[in-house]
Amino acid sequence: MSTEAANMRIEVAGENALIVYFGEKTDPRVSAQVQQAVTILESELDGKLIDMVPSYASLLVIYDQLMTDHIEVRRCIRKVLGQRHNSDNHEGNLVILPAYYSRESGPDLDALAQRADLSIDEVIKLHSEMEYRVYAIGFAPGFAYLGEVDERIAAPRLSTPRMKVPRGAIAIADRQTAVYPAVSPGGWNLIGLCPTRMFDPKASPTMPVQVGDRIKFNPISRDEFFAQGGELGEIK
Amino acid sequence: MSGFKVIQPGLLTLIQDAGRFGQHRIGLTTGGPLDALAFKWANRLVDNPMNTTALEISFGGLVLQAETDAQIVLAGAEMPLKINGVEQDRWHAHKIKAGDKIEVGFSAQGARSYLAVSGGFQVEHSFSSSATVTREGIGGFTGEKLQQGDYLNCQPPVEHRGFRLAEAHRPDYADNISLRVITGYQQDAFSDYQKRLFFSSEYQVTDRADRMGYRLEGPEIKPAIDGILSEGICHGAIQIPADGQPIVLLNDRQTIGGYPKIGSMIAMDTARMAQLLPGSRITFDEITIDDAHNLHCLAHVRFNNTEPDPVD
Repeated sequence: MSTEAANMRIEVAGENALIVYFGEKTDPRVSAQVQQAVTILESELDGKLIDMVPSYASLLVIYDQLMTDHIEVRRCIRKVLGQRHNSDNHEGNLVILPAYYSRESGPDLDALAQRADLSIDEVIKLHSEMEYRVYAIGFAPGFAYLGEVDERIAAPRLSTPRMKVPRGAIAIADRQTAVYPAVSPGGWNLIGLCPTRMFDPKASPTMPVQVGDRIKFNPISRDEFFAQGGELGEIK
Repeated sequence: MSGFKVIQPGLLTLIQDAGRFGQHRIGLTTGGPLDALAFKWANRLVDNPMNTTALEISFGGLVLQAETDAQIVLAGAEMPLKINGVEQDRWHAHKIKAGDKIEVGFSAQGARSYLAVSGGFQVEHSFSSSATVTREGIGGFTGEKLQQGDYLNCQPPVEHRGFRLAEAHRPDYADNISLRVITGYQQDAFSDYQKRLFFSSEYQVTDRADRMGYRLEGPEIKPAIDGILSEGICHGAIQIPADGQPIVLLNDRQTIGGYPKIGSMIAMDTARMAQLLPGSRITFDEITIDDAHNLHCLAHVRFNNTEPDPVD
């Protein structure tokens, strides 16, 4: 018997939605199970699903009530996810995101370094040496939650969120990190800027990353940042 | 192209089709009409397919100038409809000619109405939908609400049938209503006492009620947990933040979030709630997912088997 089946829990979410819980905390193995479930259910329930929302340790399954019902969907989830084969080691793509870390592009770098009792260079090193996983996409179009940052550079959200965070801002909140896909309000700690567009409705694919992918930040200079099309943007 | 010129956009008029589906994985929400039933009727009364692009008018105040011949209909909240200054029936298709002025006044009861035109408004799709979500800047015209001077393109006029819905079949947008909720999600984190309190208390719609969600005010509900690992939020989910005041999440909700949820309101009733103005009073009724499923399927059958009367 696989341990996955034992740990899996299905709850009613809404009139046409069930939520499947695979674990209780941020864990790459749990996240991989969520990813695998997306792929399996997509084919098993083809034509009956309206949408799915994968997140850290859960999968929200939204179905068409005129095509199916909670009884069939529940049975399908139990059947196909219960008899899981450990075979495919679902490794997401490795995506490298250029990062211009500096006081100019990351106004919270100083405070974060002080808090952690580290130098700015050490903060940059810790942030860019880690390989992250895309655990979820949400909050705003293209906003990818990456985890987890080294405990030493984890930082709580700002007590007063900013009115305006520039597109491309690389930020930390608790042990999560992210790149703001568009100008928006935000309360995360800003440590740098990424010139890669994280969400472009006109591009194909729309996003350079998807849930389950592995992300690494590659430090670049100010000149390289501008050469790659980066813009400083306004911070308020 | 011919169509309609926007003389006055009203307080909040949005281009909407049935919604944007299958895009949650890149963080896009659904959008679409808050009152799906009134939206579907609007399209049906001018003989359009169900997913045709129409206007969602919140609170009223829209004035259009026709530059095409067409049939139009207004369904939903009780917003007075005038064509060339003459008051006309709602839930009733009207033939209009190029040069006609169409005015939608402010609502006497209800908050959302739907203006559909035969053949539909022609709006470029983004992510397979015309639905406007202003928070995302997606859909409609550059993701914005309708502005003065916008131009709504239409198909060239063709013969279209028009219908009227008999008064007996028109929805009622009265205040003081009971809305049906299925318990789910983190319901185990709410004690029996907290659940009883929720289902036996009266709540008021606050002025922080918009397309993302309706914030309610009433007795505080306290779950045994503060937050959860962020997870997918379905339409109608009722989130309980730290202040204990419920928020019912609607079409423009964030797709994931970390507040505990006691359950979800059924879509038939979120449509009713979205017609309420701040200060309106509501209560909740608990139903099972089986009941909710049956209600949904029956509503579908009822809609399909309610024949509107042809006009002309």
